[in-house]
Amino acid sequence: MSSTHAPHPSRETGEKQDAGLDLPRATGSRTPPQPPTRSRTLRHPFGGRSNDPTARSQAVAAWILAVPFMAVFLVFTAGPVLASLGMSFTDIRSTDVRNPLSVQFVGLENYTRLLGDELFRKVALNTLLYLLLGVPLTLGVAMAVAVGLNRVTRFKGFFRVGFYLPVVTSIVAVSVVWKYLLRENGGLLNSALELVGLPGQAWLDSTHLALPSLVVMAVWRNFGTMTVIFLAALQSVPTEVLEAAESDGASAWSRFRHVTVPMLRPTILFGAVITGIGYLQFFEEAFVMTSGGPLDSTRSISFYTYDQFGFGNYGLAAAASYLLFLAIVLLTMLQFRLLRSKD
Amino acid sequence: MATLEAPTHENTMTPEKNKKGRRGGRDDGRLRTPAWLYAVMVAGLFLVVIPFIWMVVSSVKPNAELRQVPPTLLPEGITFSHYEALFTDLDFPQFFLNSAIVSLGTMVGNMIFCSMLGYALAKLQFPGRRIMFALVVGTLMVPGVVTFVPLFVLTTNLGLTNTLPAMILPFMAGPFGVFLMRQFILSIPDELIQAARVDGAGELRIFARVVLPLCGPALATLGVLTFLSSWNNFLWPLVVATSEDKYTLPVALALYAVGQNATDYGLLIAGAVVVVLPVLAVFLVLQRHIMQGVASTGIK
Repeated sequence: MSSTHAPHPSRETGEKQDAGLDLPRATGSRTPPQPPTRSRTLRHPFGGRSNDPTARSQAVAAWILAVPFMAVFLVFTAGPVLASLGMSFTDIRSTDVRNPLSVQFVGLENYTRLLGDELFRKVALNTLLYLLLGVPLTLGVAMAVAVGLNRVTRFKGFFRVGFYLPVVTSIVAVSVVWKYLLRENGGLLNSALELVGLPGQAWLDSTHLALPSLVVMAVWRNFGTMTVIFLAALQSVPTEVLEAAESDGASAWSRFRHVTVPMLRPTILFGAVITGIGYLQFFEEAFVMTSGGPLDSTRSISFYTYDQFGFGNYGLAAAASYLLFLAIVLLTMLQFRLLRSKD
Repeated sequence: MATLEAPTHENTMTPEKNKKGRRGGRDDGRLRTPAWLYAVMVAGLFLVVIPFIWMVVSSVKPNAELRQVPPTLLPEGITFSHYEALFTDLDFPQFFLNSAIVSLGTMVGNMIFCSMLGYALAKLQFPGRRIMFALVVGTLMVPGVVTFVPLFVLTTNLGLTNTLPAMILPFMAGPFGVFLMRQFILSIPDELIQAARVDGAGELRIFARVVLPLCGPALATLGVLTFLSSWNNFLWPLVVATSEDKYTLPVALALYAVGQNATDYGLLIAGAVVVVLPVLAVFLVLQRHIMQGVASTGIK
């Protein structure tokens, strides 16, 4: 997708490029310098790179540029990813942190304990429900809004920004607001339902409704990202194809179903993967709105991991987090298979 | 054609639609946006922004009115006591300051580190390049909970528990940023860099003086996105901040919302406004950069 997106619709010519070479322009200037489009105006004898005399200095410079990132990345990201795997095979607890020698290797014990734990099985099922409800709803709403936006010619930017607003807000803050909105007595939703003669519900206090309610809020918070991505993809569908389908008598729905959707398949796949990864990590909404209740009906795997960490069971928490990681890898592979198979 | 180069620019799309509409009389009816679509879009947008409207309206209602059933749509008595309470009962200026320091630190770190590595990966030949790229991209799928136990052990042993650097360092070198900067720098012509080499510029000088000044739009996108995700980040600050003077805004708000005073809606909602409004303001000013970044990489 990124290949279709050039940062600038720049139509500058050679003069501008020479100006760009002389540089250095103040980086804080109001109009950022434009990367010139590919052109033939700059041709140099060193254009080929095979026996470049600068190869050595290039390698040195590359390493100087790479080291700061890689150092932080290895210590704080890649290292912990591996350490977590290691810890999941040990009985490390919070009391062992300053005394790592007392930690015992326990093999797969943490994993077997998790699979035998009724609460873990419940949170795994809940996480699956978040995924199965959340992904189709999010993608469906996002696609509907994107198709609408694609047809709108006026105020398009305004609508796009409006629908994107929930994405940039803090989940914790909007959870606080939604908790108030959904409360049983005097909540906005129940009051509106009463107004049209429908009975109010205990949205967050019922074991059946709490999880779907959280999903609805999560869809509200998340669909904007996919709307922007779908909209960019919709605009790249060639109108000639749609017009040809129309002159063949295809209805609007069948044009969408049989022309647009197949062309958007890679984008939909990408969306299903990143949205799915998000729902598998569901946590903040449940933490703030229901504290995992009622009766653990909204507790997720991430929430369980956080709890075990809080109890000091570091080895068990690491194992639970790795099972979640495994689920994410499997889901990604499955989605690639499912959505690619029709090609 | 310019419209193909930048499909996310709405202003470049409009002429194309008009042109198409002119093509045949038969097409005109279909391509003019029907009025009902605007009605549906406005209704949908209203549904989406209701929680924000309700948040702002509720934050100025007196406590008695907040508990009223059914709720009042417009506040009958306006009070700013909830906002005052954020400063008197809670230490919101401190939380705000912590959030700002952590977010700005994370943002600046990513802008510097990711553009450096992004350039090396995009334009320089060196041993280890492929492995580095694979390693960085490979961690994109790792869920946040995987690293937090070892990270907690690490920060404890480094003596960083309950400090602001502990909230910045783990997010200072994000794989998304490398991906974004690399993609952008790939579109800068090699000829430009070669020309600078011919003129005798050193490799690092080329990066600082030729490439970096061209990266303005990508750096802006990266800066806004990392600032937002850091400002809204919750799980890790919750784990690592153990005393109130180190809480960030989301941590303070969440712990207050699930604590004993969870029924003090006025205070909670005023707190939510303080967390959300600055971010909405930043977003509205810089939304073009965010939209481009999201459309091209899928980062939120």
